[in-house]
Amino acid sequence: MHLRAWFDGWSIGTVVLAIILVSPVVALVGLAFLPTENIWPHLVSTVLWRYIFNTLVLMAGVGVAILFGGVCTAWVITMCRFPGRRIFEWALLIPMAMPAYVIAYAYTDLLEYAGPVQKMLRGLFGWQSSRDYWFPDIRTIGGAILMMSLVLYPYVYLLSRAGFLSQSVSVLEASRLLGHGPWRTFWKVAMPLARPAIAVGVALALMETLNDFGTTDYFAVQTFTVGIYNTWLGMNSLPGAAQLSTVLLIFVLVLIGIERAGRRQQRFHETAGRHAPLPGYRLTGIRAVAAIVICATPLIFGFVVPAFVLGGYALEHYQTTLDNNFLRLVENSILLSAGAAGLALLIALFLNYGARLSGTVIVRVASRFASIGYAVPGAVLAVGVVMPVAWFDNAVDGFSRAVFGASTGLILSGTVAALLFAYVVRFLAVSHGTIESGLSRITPSMDDAARNLGATGLATLRRVHFPMIRGSALTAVLLVFVETMKELPMTLLLRPFNFDTLATFAYQYASDEQIEEAALAALAIVFTGLGPVLLLSLAIRRSRPAHQNV
Amino acid sequence: MEYTLMTRIKIYLLTALIVICVPISSALAANEVNIYSYRQAFLIRPFLDQFTEETGIAVNVVYAKKGILQRLQQEGENTRADLVLTAGFSRLKALKEAGLLQPVSSGPLKENVPKRYRDPENEWFGLTLRSRIIAYSKARVPAGALRRYEDLADPKWKGKICVRTGSHYYNRALVASMVSAHGEAKTEAWVRGLVANFARKPQGNDRAQAKAVFEGVCDIAIMNTYYFGKMKFNKKQPGQREWAASLGIVFPNQGDRGAHVNVSGAGIVKHAKNRENAVHLLEFLSDEFAQKMYAARNYEYPVKDGVGWSDEVKSWGEFKADDLALVELFKLGPTAQRVIDRADWR
Repeated sequence: MHLRAWFDGWSIGTVVLAIILVSPVVALVGLAFLPTENIWPHLVSTVLWRYIFNTLVLMAGVGVAILFGGVCTAWVITMCRFPGRRIFEWALLIPMAMPAYVIAYAYTDLLEYAGPVQKMLRGLFGWQSSRDYWFPDIRTIGGAILMMSLVLYPYVYLLSRAGFLSQSVSVLEASRLLGHGPWRTFWKVAMPLARPAIAVGVALALMETLNDFGTTDYFAVQTFTVGIYNTWLGMNSLPGAAQLSTVLLIFVLVLIGIERAGRRQQRFHETAGRHAPLPGYRLTGIRAVAAIVICATPLIFGFVVPAFVLGGYALEHYQTTLDNNFLRLVENSILLSAGAAGLALLIALFLNYGARLSGTVIVRVASRFASIGYAVPGAVLAVGVVMPVAWFDNAVDGFSRAVFGASTGLILSGTVAALLFAYVVRFLAVSHGTIESGLSRITPSMDDAARNLGATGLATLRRVHFPMIRGSALTAVLLVFVETMKELPMTLLLRPFNFDTLATFAYQYASDEQIEEAALAALAIVFTGLGPVLLLSLAIRRSRPAHQNV
Repeated sequence: MEYTLMTRIKIYLLTALIVICVPISSALAANEVNIYSYRQAFLIRPFLDQFTEETGIAVNVVYAKKGILQRLQQEGENTRADLVLTAGFSRLKALKEAGLLQPVSSGPLKENVPKRYRDPENEWFGLTLRSRIIAYSKARVPAGALRRYEDLADPKWKGKICVRTGSHYYNRALVASMVSAHGEAKTEAWVRGLVANFARKPQGNDRAQAKAVFEGVCDIAIMNTYYFGKMKFNKKQPGQREWAASLGIVFPNQGDRGAHVNVSGAGIVKHAKNRENAVHLLEFLSDEFAQKMYAARNYEYPVKDGVGWSDEVKSWGEFKADDLALVELFKLGPTAQRVIDRADWR
């Protein structure tokens, strides 16, 4: 039995695919072992502890903020009925499409000394200079926590909402029959049931936080990732930077391990597909107002305010962007993002399903490690991607020269194919995690039933599982689409000649602190992300049939 | 609509064919030169277009801020890149040390680029110059109060100075030039004095420091000359002209070694496929027309002697530059970084 499982195509495919996908990270870890000057004594005696402290503070701050914001909004939207709910339901996702560094620029312009807010205050109170009053400084670690939380809470919102929606109403009813009020039901029943989904959302958002360079660099918050770049470019030691990245990687793996171990005892499967409408507490008066405030706050600060700032600039400076073949930029961005999202979904399905089909440890481990790229800072991972891709090109070239006497040159390097590979390596964790949490809710007895009825593995996936996880699949597609739209360091380094996306175009101006020129392209990223957000929210609503007309 | 298996296989094959053939066909197109650029495309496009117009050689660009060196290294002899353009000079050294550049013996280049701004083995060439200057608030600092970099460590400026992070290579180069002039120990004492005078935690780029002086957060800033030009002549944000107008500027150390300068530059890739075109482009960039345009566009100084400065950069005066050769700055870079970390210039 074991032997057969070893040799079946799906298992081999899973392992081979995982090896290809993990190759950039392996290449980086390999770099860490290259002989280099020992950077550690110097780092330990100077900056290392500050890097670690800042990183932990940043992660803790963002973690608490998005957990609170994301779960609160998801619970209120799922369980309560109040005016505006239908709009908030999808609108709460919009800030996700905002690159964190862009809202950091926008808020700095708004809140700094020469910005409109302080100007107005000075006019109002007759202050003369910054020495006359105190105003909170946005360029601090607190500011960075705020900026990242504003664009990252949608991860938690999206996944915990999916988690709440998929809960069987009978469990919640049982809780109420046993005398629990809404609060106790939330803490005792709904939260534990949704925990795998919430954990995925928080983990994804925290990895994003951990790897952020744009915002922390702009706010001069010295995190571990900033330290990696300083070691690479400042001390000119790529092996040193790879060593630091490896440490970061181990840290992330340990965190994920702790979280998984924490809920090993809790495995829930839905046993029935009966979805009666969720109860829906009807809110009126002050409670309805409170619900609206809870949902409006992240939306206003995460989208409306920065979009207003950017919109103002875009109106004045749209010409530069339009001169640069704006539609081409939009087209490039959309095609790349759609391609990456589709590929990442297919691969995540394949790997997850491979792990579900096969009992062997190797397949399970391979499936999990394939998505490790998310734990490495983008620009470092870009270097990691360059290595296996170039190795492949040069190997093919060498083979062709030896056998045919003709050079093939570079086949993948500097092409869209290399870019797509890079995106999948980086964002597979997003679709992998989402699909995994979707599949984990389906009871294995379904598989047994289908297989007993003679369906093959592929047919079971297509006809039984996929329809049941359609919501998760759409979530995965949306998340990867939006992430790819925003992605910067890998796109910059790996793209073909004379090739720009909205993100790279915006960046060349933003990196020169000319946010005005970047505004239109930055807004376009957000509005292009809107389409999938709308589609997704419709699809999620449909994924729970009985929920439609609530 | 369901595709049959055969149709699907055909689609896959076609896709594979396209993926493989597109790069090959582009490699066959002859008359071109390919640039990996650390400089933003919008800065260099205008005179690259001029080059194409004059010579008929098409110029293709990838701009990236990090990792170009590693990409070149991995692509090895199959790389499509012919020329690397850098925004600063620290990458020039790294590229050469990694063995990714090749020497160019070109009369025009030797003539155009002074010796101290190019590699002794002619593997890289400086193309534009900028000086690291001191800017101060005209309203709060008397003219002539600051004359040298060394003055910045004077305790009387406690709580008055704004500057970007220490590990940025412009600051690292400045510290390296101090190490060259004074030795490591004295320089560390100077950096500690400077750090003790900071008005706030280092943040933002050089322009953000000037703005902070305008806003009254601090009185003194350290910045590259081109940032001053970008503010003084800003057409899109007239507010920035006010910032520049409120500033006085000092080219430091005019009585002794001269003001510290650094460069942007370029080098030819070791495995360049279009070497001739690349040399041609490099000569074009070092010559009068592009020198004038390259320097003027970003408010920098041409490296070629005798090329007239733009009226804009002339407007804030002439200066004597520290004639320390760039290779010396390169050698002292790692020492400077350690001094910066030890003195806690974050």
